[in-house]
Amino acid sequence: MTDISQNGSTPRKHGETLMKLTARTKRRNAAERRFQAYGIAAIAAGLLMLAILVVNIVGNGYGAFTQTFVTLDVTLDAAKLDKKGQRNLDDIKKVSTFGYAPLIQKAIEAKVAALGVKTDLKPKDMAALLSKGAPAQLRDYVLEHPDAIGKTLSFRFLANSRVDGYLKGRVTRHSIENDKNISVPQLDLTDQLVKAGVIEKTFNSEFILGSDASDQRPEAAGIGTSMLGSLFMMLVVLALSLPIGVAASIFLEEFAPKAWWTDVIEVNISNLAAVPSIVFGILGLAVFINYMNQPMSAPLVGGLVLTLMTLPTIIISTRAALKAVPPSIRDAALGVGASKMQAVFHHVLPLAAPGILTGTIIGLAQALGETAPLLLIGMVGFIASNPPDSLAAGLMEPNSAMPAQIYEWAKRADPAFYERAWGGIIILLVFLVTMNTLAVILRRRFERRW
Amino acid sequence: MYDIATTEKTVEQQVTKISARDVQVYYGESHAIKDVNVDIEDKTVTAFIGPSGCGKSTFLRCLNRMNDTIDICKVKGEILLDGENIYDPKVDPVQLRAKVGMVFQKPNPFPKSIYDNIAYGPRIHGLARNKAELDEIVEKSLRRGAIWNEVKDRLDAPGTGLSGGQQQRLCIARAIATEPEVLLMDEPCSALDPIATAQVEELIDELRQNYSVVIVTHSMQQAARVSQKTAFFHLGNLVEFGETGQIFTNPEDPRTESYITGRIG
Amino acid sequence: MPTFWLVVFVFALAALGFLAGRARALHSAGGNARDLHSLPNYYGANVLLTTLVPALLVLGLWLMIQPSVVQYRVSGMIPEQAIPENSTLGLVMMDVHQVAAGLDLAVDEGALTEQEAGTIRTEFTDLRARLGELGVALGSDVRPEVLQAAQRYRAIDASGHRNMVIVVTLLALAGLGFSWQHTNKDFRARNVVEQGIYALLVLAALLAILTTIGIVLSMFFESISFFKLHSWTDFFFGGTWAPNFRGDSELSILPLLWGTLYISFIALLVAVPVGLFAAVYLSEYANGHVRAFAKPLLEILAGIPTIVYGLFALLTVGPALVSVFGNGPEGLLGVDWMSGATSVLTAGLVMGIMLIPFVSSLSDDIINAVPQTMRDGSLGLGATKSETVRQVVLPAALPGIVGAILLAASRAIGETMIVVMGAGAIAKFSLNPLESMTTITTRIVSQLTGDTDFASAETLVAFALGITLFVLTLGLNVLALYIVRKYREQYE
Repeated sequence: MTDISQNGSTPRKHGETLMKLTARTKRRNAAERRFQAYGIAAIAAGLLMLAILVVNIVGNGYGAFTQTFVTLDVTLDAAKLDKKGQRNLDDIKKVSTFGYAPLIQKAIEAKVAALGVKTDLKPKDMAALLSKGAPAQLRDYVLEHPDAIGKTLSFRFLANSRVDGYLKGRVTRHSIENDKNISVPQLDLTDQLVKAGVIEKTFNSEFILGSDASDQRPEAAGIGTSMLGSLFMMLVVLALSLPIGVAASIFLEEFAPKAWWTDVIEVNISNLAAVPSIVFGILGLAVFINYMNQPMSAPLVGGLVLTLMTLPTIIISTRAALKAVPPSIRDAALGVGASKMQAVFHHVLPLAAPGILTGTIIGLAQALGETAPLLLIGMVGFIASNPPDSLAAGLMEPNSAMPAQIYEWAKRADPAFYERAWGGIIILLVFLVTMNTLAVILRRRFERRW
Repeated sequence: MYDIATTEKTVEQQVTKISARDVQVYYGESHAIKDVNVDIEDKTVTAFIGPSGCGKSTFLRCLNRMNDTIDICKVKGEILLDGENIYDPKVDPVQLRAKVGMVFQKPNPFPKSIYDNIAYGPRIHGLARNKAELDEIVEKSLRRGAIWNEVKDRLDAPGTGLSGGQQQRLCIARAIATEPEVLLMDEPCSALDPIATAQVEELIDELRQNYSVVIVTHSMQQAARVSQKTAFFHLGNLVEFGETGQIFTNPEDPRTESYITGRIG
Repeated sequence: MPTFWLVVFVFALAALGFLAGRARALHSAGGNARDLHSLPNYYGANVLLTTLVPALLVLGLWLMIQPSVVQYRVSGMIPEQAIPENSTLGLVMMDVHQVAAGLDLAVDEGALTEQEAGTIRTEFTDLRARLGELGVALGSDVRPEVLQAAQRYRAIDASGHRNMVIVVTLLALAGLGFSWQHTNKDFRARNVVEQGIYALLVLAALLAILTTIGIVLSMFFESISFFKLHSWTDFFFGGTWAPNFRGDSELSILPLLWGTLYISFIALLVAVPVGLFAAVYLSEYANGHVRAFAKPLLEILAGIPTIVYGLFALLTVGPALVSVFGNGPEGLLGVDWMSGATSVLTAGLVMGIMLIPFVSSLSDDIINAVPQTMRDGSLGLGATKSETVRQVVLPAALPGIVGAILLAASRAIGETMIVVMGAGAIAKFSLNPLESMTTITTRIVSQLTGDTDFASAETLVAFALGITLFVLTLGLNVLALYIVRKYREQYE
């Protein structure tokens, strides 16, 4: 508030000219401009934060979509893999992944020799450029194609995450000083192999489609299986929250008598919408898991918890959509002899459908990104290594979910997982942006002005 | 109907305070005010009458550039206040509005105390050097607003707690407090009951001693009661302007006559 | 039969009932639908509903009630003297649950046959070790009465499930048969179906109440068990949070509450000025284009999942702050005030960014609710726009804005992911924003996701924290909604 004592200017006299700004007006206009500048600065700050966030996510995450691979010709030595030579699957299975490691070492040694690259590294250290999962990959192939034993085939192995990081610029000669997993000579060798085209960085569909991998193999981790977990949860949320939400809204908006108990329900719903999501997680843990003995980490339980969390959102938007349908429509239907129920279900509900759908999509998007309640019902910390094979398994077998998987990666010690976490966020945001865009389009397209 | 002839006796010639020359107002595409020329005299009450949507309120809002707050509104032509064009780029609307105060259709006291409502204008314009002067301005304004006796014991009470008529007189007092030279009133009585209306009308008549008052009104009786000059607007045109008695008893334009006799409007 | 298939079966039966009911109605009217009291589909719907609804309701109720019945019957088996000191029946029952779950798993994995699982004795087998191999960690050795109870538990549970399948199936069939029998052309199918649907609508609306009751009860009972193990004075008035998994923990909410409020305060310090100024600019100054461009962009910030903000705090903002306030001589300021990426400031800043659109869109609504006549009044007196905003619009909108800030505070207090990832894990009273501190939500997560025994005070404290959090946020919300409503009424 303007202080009286500070304005030294004398009271304005009648008949003073308008053409000259008084000192006071100049001062006030300066204050006006400052105030506007604060507003612009505030908006700019908000937008800047958004820009930083987006640049940060894309900059850190796009690397997860490419991966470094090493192509090697491996001789599947029959003497090592199938000593009896009968191609009996049970015998072949007896050779563990350790038995396959020497084959890879031999293959890389041969490759290095063939290229004429000079290095003091032992074959074992050369093979360390590959993912720790490489022998298992080889073994899986052999178990699937026992006939291949004895042949020399070209394989594409994942490179170790350090090598991958080196190619992506995350790992440098300086940064590995204290790293036991990789040495400078190994990086020198990597440079040579990159030049020769043995090591190359390409698009990595496994990140989008694959499963999570153990702490030791960040290069093999993918988000696909947890995406399925999220999908099954969303199915549960959709199947429950849409009908229940619409039914509750129809009751409250169209039928509810004016009574104390309907008021209680209304107040209750608006307050539930603001209950912290973690509290729903506690509810899920206590009721579904501890009391009703449902399995931990099951998408069904996750879906149930998220349904309870999303319901208020859906009810609020559905009620708004129902409210937007003018009473004349109801009167018209009642006027031709429809029952109230028929008027609502045949006329009001179809007209409100786009609004309801928009609200539902936004509710689902919110549920898709929610993490906190999933922590409590055990959807984090679980390595979902295999995709579920049926609907029932998808609902009941332990799984993770996209945001839970991202959290899991962020918690791990190896920085290679951080890239995965950012990449996972890109995928999550792609889903959310798509859903929200769909909601906006729906709203624009069907928006009605009565 | 009240006796129209009563206002005639008070008419006397005054200096011109505001003169509008070829004023055009556009709202986006629509041409709201067309070619208006009018001279508004000092120490006179001028009434703008006409059917709804005729542009009388729009023209009134041009006189203190309140239309500047509406993005799509464009004003062309000249409006001179004491010979200075108020639409000149050098003129700051803030300074202009201190000279040309405005009272609105609906009483709009700020959600502050009665005292702070009145003190608002003097404070932002720096009219008082100290608290004593401010107190003096507040009391003087409230007295001139003919509301002092009703509120003097509760200056700290919120202005929104007053009755409708009191609120409107508070708003008039608030407008007076900045010592304007012209007072614009946009249908100041339309939200008031007959008793409150009578009080406000009485007040307007008193204000004429010091100010040039321009009042937009829907009620022809009111125009006849309070004004010395009347302008009749129709479809954005200023149809007729003259002595109030003249307009009401012997209009020149047939449209004015139709309106006054109740055939249009 | 697993519950999943039972539900599928009931649905299939109901679908069949729909067709059968419809056909029977048409048949009773000699194929002429005009002779029917209601449209043919209503007869089908009647059969469908009578098949489906009672069966599913009973199924739902059964699933909810059976665990407490089993609990009650099994807990009778535990003798008084088998309950160790400073433990309760409820806690022993949690052991029973865990052993039973372990046995289930063992049977599933084929480590035990169903027969063995029912008869195994602690005297002969080291059950803890065997279950341990399967990844079921038990807090202590399995005592014989616990094992027996667990076996009994499994038996009752299995027979309960069997009975449920039978009852639900019979009920569905009975519903189908009964309503099919009553289907004829004079049956007032529409009225009955509409009453049924009305009842379902009411039920759906009541679910909201049920959820709240569920939330309160689920936390309430566990909190009671907690307060039996741990003194409530220490919880509410103690000064230290030091969980110790060998018992004897000091579990006071006060340091956590301090961390929560401190972080929320910093978040509001960021969000309120930025959000408020943005709202003022957007509603009072910006033209249509700027509004249409900036408003949705700002609101994107509100749609970003909290996990993204958490990651942003942990991996970007935290390290950035360390490079300014930490790292000693190598840091930007050359000081060493900050040792790790997690801190009050990290979490507070990021949470503030998250809350900007929350504050701005709420304030925007509220500022727009201030009547235009109020602005005109001020501008008409020759006030500048900013004077109008500061001295008329904002004071008029103040109650609403206070409500909006309270809502934002409630969000900040209940926010989990950002603080889990950005705030740290150290419970302490400190004013230094560069230090790690912990919050109520963080502790709920860590106490409930650890590998600790579920029956311990260290785990159960999470429920007491949860209910405190619930009451706190609910109180803020109710207050905020009340203020905002009062404010709106003023201008309506």
